Amino acid sequence: MKTVAVVGASLAGLSAARSLREQGYDGRLVLIGGEPHRPYDRPPLSKEFLAGEIDEDALALEAEGEDLAAVWELGVRAVGLDTGSWAEHHVRLADGRSVRAHGIVIATGAAARTLPASERLDGVHVLRTLDDARALRADLARGGRLVVVGGGFIGAEVASTARRLGLDVTVVEAAPTPLAGPLGTQMGSLVSRLHADHGVRLLCGTGVRALAGTGRVEAVVLDDGRRLGADTVVVGVGARPGTDWLAGSGLDLDDGVRCDAAGRTNIPGIVAVGDCAAWYEPAVGAHRRVEHWTGARERPAAAVAALLSGGRGVPEPPRPPYFWSDQYGSRIQFAGYAAEADSVTVEEGAAADRSFLAVYRSAGRPVAVLGLNQTRLFTRWRRRLATAEARTAG
Amino acid sequence: MKIPACRLADLPRGEACRLDSDPPIAVFHTEDGEVYAIDDTCTHQDASLSDGWLEGCEVECPLHASKFDLRTGGVDSPPAKRPVRTHQVLVEDGMVYVLPSPTPCAAVHRAEGRA
Ligand SMILES: Cc1cc2nc3c(=O)[nH]c(=O)nc-3n(C[C@H](O)[C@H](O)[C@H](O)COP(=O)(O)OP(=O)(O)OC[C@H]3O[C@@H](n4cnc5c(N)ncnc54)[C@H](O)[C@@H]3O)c2cc1C
Ligand code: FES
Repeated sequence: MKTVAVVGASLAGLSAARSLREQGYDGRLVLIGGEPHRPYDRPPLSKEFLAGEIDEDALALEAEGEDLAAVWELGVRAVGLDTGSWAEHHVRLADGRSVRAHGIVIATGAAARTLPASERLDGVHVLRTLDDARALRADLARGGRLVVVGGGFIGAEVASTARRLGLDVTVVEAAPTPLAGPLGTQMGSLVSRLHADHGVRLLCGTGVRALAGTGRVEAVVLDDGRRLGADTVVVGVGARPGTDWLAGSGLDLDDGVRCDAAGRTNIPGIVAVGDCAAWYEPAVGAHRRVEHWTGARERPAAAVAALLSGGRGVPEPPRPPYFWSDQYGSRIQFAGYAAEADSVTVEEGAAADRSFLAVYRSAGRPVAVLGLNQTRLFTRWRRRLATAEARTAG
Repeated sequence: MKIPACRLADLPRGEACRLDSDPPIAVFHTEDGEVYAIDDTCTHQDASLSDGWLEGCEVECPLHASKFDLRTGGVDSPPAKRPVRTHQVLVEDGMVYVLPSPTPCAAVHRAEGRA
């Protein structure tokens, strides 16, 4: 392979580039990134960076002096992919140029979902990029009332940070229970009690009908007619995979780039990693888009191995998905697949103390684990899950 | 200074213990039977490496999965960027002792008045 192009220069793209070099690829390496910034870390954008505790330099993902001998094309988006025969593909760039490559790593992540017509009002934010975080940080510094639309992890973290900064915070969640998707109803509602503990209002079971205001946002109007006065609004209603640019490429796209269990797409010489990719998960027998840091960090090694071996290599099965979240000074950790479970039990600690470990089981077999301020025990369970899964997958 | 950590027999292979020294130190007993000591606090944020995932001669931080080499203290994976200090370990009569390394890190602590 003479040239490999990595499209998307964030965590998954950088990890792929590193893996390419570590695994002995010494050809031309082009990294294409739509943002002007060097690769940076997103989790602090809703936490320490938003709180003003760390600066932009601390977000850098590259080590000091790190040199991947790559050509960096930053601040220019890929707008199309022409897939040729196995040996040659073309990535079309927004400035009219095109990059010819024999191997392609798709790492274009995800983009924040918005509410219709929310762009025209000042004071309404999403949070995905450094630029988003800068803008939101400036608005939070004004104080006042913050309404967070969406009670998922990002929404909850923003609420927690804003509360710490002294704002008056309300979280609106359309579902009856926040976090029911990732954690299940029971644990989702347990974890969401952190909001009330810290004086944040949580309104569940009602969607948002409109954002009101002229010039700047003034209120959030709920489906049930209630009107919440707001100085700043954060819309945290999930993200959609960054795959628009791949339309017409022949790649199999269905809520992300569809891949096998090693990140291979339906087109030879092209793999996909990170938030934009829906890998086949042997443990659940279906494709899943895993939108967590650790997956974007770890899985590119397997995808790169598959790419460099021309599709012949059989990489190790990835570890079960893992994520963490920091809210109100509490440490939330989760690993595995909650949707597979038919029961969940608190095995250690107590929900009332905001310190517990819960195990999710399917037909008696552990399939997921949740820890709230239980780091040590959580690591043990996470490890047990990984080895159990490796046994069943292998 | 020679700090007694624990009896080797009380620290099974694959396990770690934490010394409440300043700064705290983590002692690891690897699957191969080696014993290593490094600073317990991850250089990224506030996590205790003795709570981490030990694999071979590496420990993975329990929070964000940065990996540290127990032999060198080197970090090989983001988000952490700085290494941890390593400390010498002695096993005498079944007891594990740690000889903390006097390094700039400790000096910084003193200068900031935290020691
Ligand atoms: C605010 C925030 C907090 C988070 N907190 C946590 C947490 O606590 N724990 C956790 O596990 N995970 C967390 N995450 C999730 C984690 O950050 C993501 O899973 C991870 O960033 C995914 O990496 P990625 O490289 O796949 O995608 P991204 O980080 O989304 O990067 C994709 C990159 O591709 C670029 N791109 C997109 N389209 C194009 C194109 N056409 N051409 C060129 N470039 C393009 C984008 O500009 C972007 O830079 C958080 C995410 C956010 C936003
Ligand atoms: S605290 Fe150790 S990697 Fe973040």
